[in-house]
Amino acid sequence: MSFLSYLINGISLGSVYAIIALGYTMVYGIAKMLNFAHGDIIMVGAFAVFTIVSTWGYPPVVGVLGAVVFCTILGVVIERVAYKPLRGTSKLAVLITAIGVSYLLQNLALLIFGSNSHQFTSVVTLPNLKLADGALTISSVTIVTIVSCVVIMAVLLTFINKTKIGQAMLAVSEDNGAATLMGIDVNRTIAVTFAIGSALAAIAGALLCSAYPSLTPYTGSMPGIKAFVAAVFGGIGSIPGAFIGGILLGVIENMSKAYISSQLSDAIVFSVLIIVLLVRPTGIMGKKINEKV
Amino acid sequence: MAILEVKSVSISFGGLRAVDDFSVTIEKGELYGLIGPNGAGKTTVFNLLTGVYRPDEGTIRLDGQDITGKKTIEINQAGIARTFQNIRLFKELSVLDNVKAGLHNHYVYSTLEGILRFPRYRKMERAMDERAMELLAVFDLDNEADYKASNLPYGKQRKLEIARALATDPKLLLLDEPAAGMNPNETAELMETIRFVREHFDMTILLIEHDMKLVSGICEKLTVLNFGQVLTQGNTADVLKDRRVITAYLGE
Amino acid sequence: MIQTGLISSLLKGLLVPLCTYAILAVSLNLTVGILGELSLGHAGFMCVGAFSGAFFTNVMADAIPGTGVRLFLALLIGAAVAGIFGVLIGIPVLRLKGDYLAIVTLAFGEIIKNLINTMYVGVDAGGLHFSIKDTTSLGLDETGVVIIKGPQGITGTPKAATFTIGILVLLITVFIVLNLINSRSGRAIMAIRDNRIAAESIGIPVTRFKLMAFSISAALAGAAGVLYAHNLSSLAATTNNFGYNKSIAILVFVVLGGLGSVRGSIIAAVILTLLPELLRGLNDYRMLIYAIVLIVMMI
Repeated sequence: MSFLSYLINGISLGSVYAIIALGYTMVYGIAKMLNFAHGDIIMVGAFAVFTIVSTWGYPPVVGVLGAVVFCTILGVVIERVAYKPLRGTSKLAVLITAIGVSYLLQNLALLIFGSNSHQFTSVVTLPNLKLADGALTISSVTIVTIVSCVVIMAVLLTFINKTKIGQAMLAVSEDNGAATLMGIDVNRTIAVTFAIGSALAAIAGALLCSAYPSLTPYTGSMPGIKAFVAAVFGGIGSIPGAFIGGILLGVIENMSKAYISSQLSDAIVFSVLIIVLLVRPTGIMGKKINEKV
Repeated sequence: MAILEVKSVSISFGGLRAVDDFSVTIEKGELYGLIGPNGAGKTTVFNLLTGVYRPDEGTIRLDGQDITGKKTIEINQAGIARTFQNIRLFKELSVLDNVKAGLHNHYVYSTLEGILRFPRYRKMERAMDERAMELLAVFDLDNEADYKASNLPYGKQRKLEIARALATDPKLLLLDEPAAGMNPNETAELMETIRFVREHFDMTILLIEHDMKLVSGICEKLTVLNFGQVLTQGNTADVLKDRRVITAYLGE
Repeated sequence: MIQTGLISSLLKGLLVPLCTYAILAVSLNLTVGILGELSLGHAGFMCVGAFSGAFFTNVMADAIPGTGVRLFLALLIGAAVAGIFGVLIGIPVLRLKGDYLAIVTLAFGEIIKNLINTMYVGVDAGGLHFSIKDTTSLGLDETGVVIIKGPQGITGTPKAATFTIGILVLLITVFIVLNLINSRSGRAIMAIRDNRIAAESIGIPVTRFKLMAFSISAALAGAAGVLYAHNLSSLAATTNNFGYNKSIAILVFVVLGGLGSVRGSIIAAVILTLLPELLRGLNDYRMLIYAIVLIVMMI
C-alpha cells in the first residue's frame, strides 16, 4: 500500500511539474528562449491566491481565477517590456534579461511579503479519499492536481490542433520567418503563448502550494528548474513530451525520496535527465535535428 | 598516377538513394568538374569524400591509401581539403587567423608551450605568420590580413576559404560551387585564380559548378550526375556535346 | 568619517570575494565566450575546488604547519580535482548542443552540490573514512577527526586567503587565459566556436579542444573555489554558495562584460559585486534596483 501511495503522490507532484512544463515548452518552442523567470510566475500566482483567499477572505475559486488573470497579464507585460525589444538579438542577452526578470519578481515579493514563510491554505476543500478500508488515503489535492493536469493537457492539445491561433503557434515555432510571410501576426502569437504559459504557472502555483503549503519568494525557483528539466526530458517543444516528462520526473523524485534517500533525490532526478539526454540528445519525444553541410 | 579513385560508392537516406554506384578516377594535376542539375547529389559526393557521411558501399582511395569511412579530420590529414557551398569561415577570427587555423597540423607546439610562451611558441608562430601571409598574398588578401573575416566582401570570402583549405597542404582540393553568387567579372577573375592555384601549388582540383562558362573554360574532364547516378564522364568537350546531358539540364 | 570607515571595512571584507568572482568570470568566459558553449554549472566546479582544497588544508594541518604553503598546495589540488571533474563531465556533456548542453551542465552542478551535502569524510590513524549516512557510521577510532560533515560541510579552515594571494591567482588566471587565446590551441578553440564543420574540414580535432577549453575553465573555477573556502571559517554546499543561482550570477558577469573579453569579465565581476554592497543604504530596495539595472542594461 505504501508503494501505491508513493506512486500516486509522485504522479501528483509530476502533474504539477507537467503543468509548469507545458507552459515552459510552449514558450520555448515559440520564443526559443530559456525563460528563467517562468518559475517565479508560479510563486507570484501562489502569492496572488494567498492574498485573495487568506488576506482578503474570498473563496478559493475566486483566488485561483484572480491569480490566473493576474499572472496572464503579468506574463504578457513581461514579454512586451523585457523580451520583445530583444527579439532577434543574441540568445544570451534574452537569457540574462530573463534572469533579471526572475530577480525582479523575487525581490518584489520579498519587499511585499517579507522573507518569512507563509502558511498557504489549500485551495481544494473537498474531503480526502479513503480506499481499502482506510489503508490507502489519497488527499483531495492529489486527485484535483492529477485531474487538472490531464484536463489542461487535453484542452491545450485541442486548442493547438483545432484553433487558428493554435495553428499559428505551431507555424511560428516551426519557422518564425516563414510564418511572418504567411501573414501570421508573430508578435500576437508570442504574446498569446506567454499568456497561456503564465496562466498555467498560476494554476501550478496554487496546486503546488496546496500540497506543500510553505510559501516564500523563492518557492518557484526549484520547481521552475525541475519543470524545465521535465520539458527537456520529454523533448522540449513537444506538448505530450512535457506531460510525460513531468509525470516521470515527479514519480522518480518521490520514489527516490521514499526508497533511496531524500537528500539525494534531486541528484537522482538530474542524473536521470543526463542519462536520457545522452541516449536521446533531444529528449524522449524530441525531433532529431541534423546539421546540414 | 591517380590521386583519387572512387569505386562504386553509394549512400541512402531513409530509402532514397542519394548517390548510387558512383565511380570516378582523377589523375594528379587534373582540373576536374562535377556537374549536374540541382539535387543530383553533387554535394553529397563531396560529403562522402570528406567523411561527413560514411558510404554504405564502395571504396575511396586517395593517392593509393584507403580512406573509406574515415573521419573528416583524418581525411583532411590524409590530404583532402574543401570549401563549402555556403561559405563557412571562422567569422570572428581575423583573415590571418583563418589561414593560421588551416596550418594547425603543420606547425605544432603544445598547449603548455603556448601558455608559457616557450621559445618554440615564438618560433612556430613566426613561421606560421610568414606562411599564412604568403598564402594571403597569392589571393591578394595580404592587405586585409587584420580584418575580421566576416567584414570581407563576398568574393574575397570565397578566396579566403580557398586559401584556408590550401593551408592544410592538401593533395586534392574540393571546391563546392566557387562561383555561386558572383557576377561575370568576379567569375572570370575566379577562373584565373583557380588556374593559378593549380599551376602555383601543383594542385589537383575537383569542383562542383553550375556556371557552364567556368566549367567549359577551365575543367579538362567532367562527370555528370543525375538523380544520384553518373550520367556520363570524360573530356569536357565530349561530355558537353552529349545529348543526354543537354536533356538532363533542359528537360525533355 | 564613520561613514568612510564603514565603507572601507566593508570593502576590506570584499577584497577576496572580488578576486574570486573575477577569476570565476574569466574562467567561465573561456567556456562561454571563447569555446561558445553555454554552461550553467560553473559553480559546481567551484564547489569541487573549494571542498577538495579545504579538505586538504584540514587534513594536512599537522603535517604542513605553514598556512601559506598549505594554501598554495590546496590551490593546486583544488584546480587539479576540478579540472579532472571538468574532463569527466565534459566527455558526455560536450556531445550535446546549445540549450541541452546548458541544462545538463546545470544538472551536473546541482548533482555535485547535492552529493557533497550527503558526504561525511573523516580521518584517523587508519586513513580516510567515507560515509553517506552520518558521522558515527564513519567508524573512526579515538584519534579520528571528522572533516566533511554532510550538510554542515567543513569547519575550521584557516582564513589564509589574503587580497595579495587573490590578486596573484587572478593574474595567473588572466595570464593562462590570454596566452591560451593567443596560441595555436586557442585559435583552434575559437575556430570550433565559429564553425565546427569547417574546423573539422581543416583537420582540427574538435572533441579534444572542446574538452581542453572546458576542463581548463573548470580547473580555474576550482582554484577560485579554494580561495573562496579559505576566506570562510565554515564552508557548506548550500544553494546560495554553489547552487545554479551562483552559476547564473557568474554568467551574468561574463555576458555583461562582453563575450570573449577578459578585461570585461573582470570589470563586470567587480562592479556587479560591489553594486549591491554600495546600495546597502537602500536596504530592501537594493536587489530590486540590481534586477532593474540588469534588465535595462540588456535592453
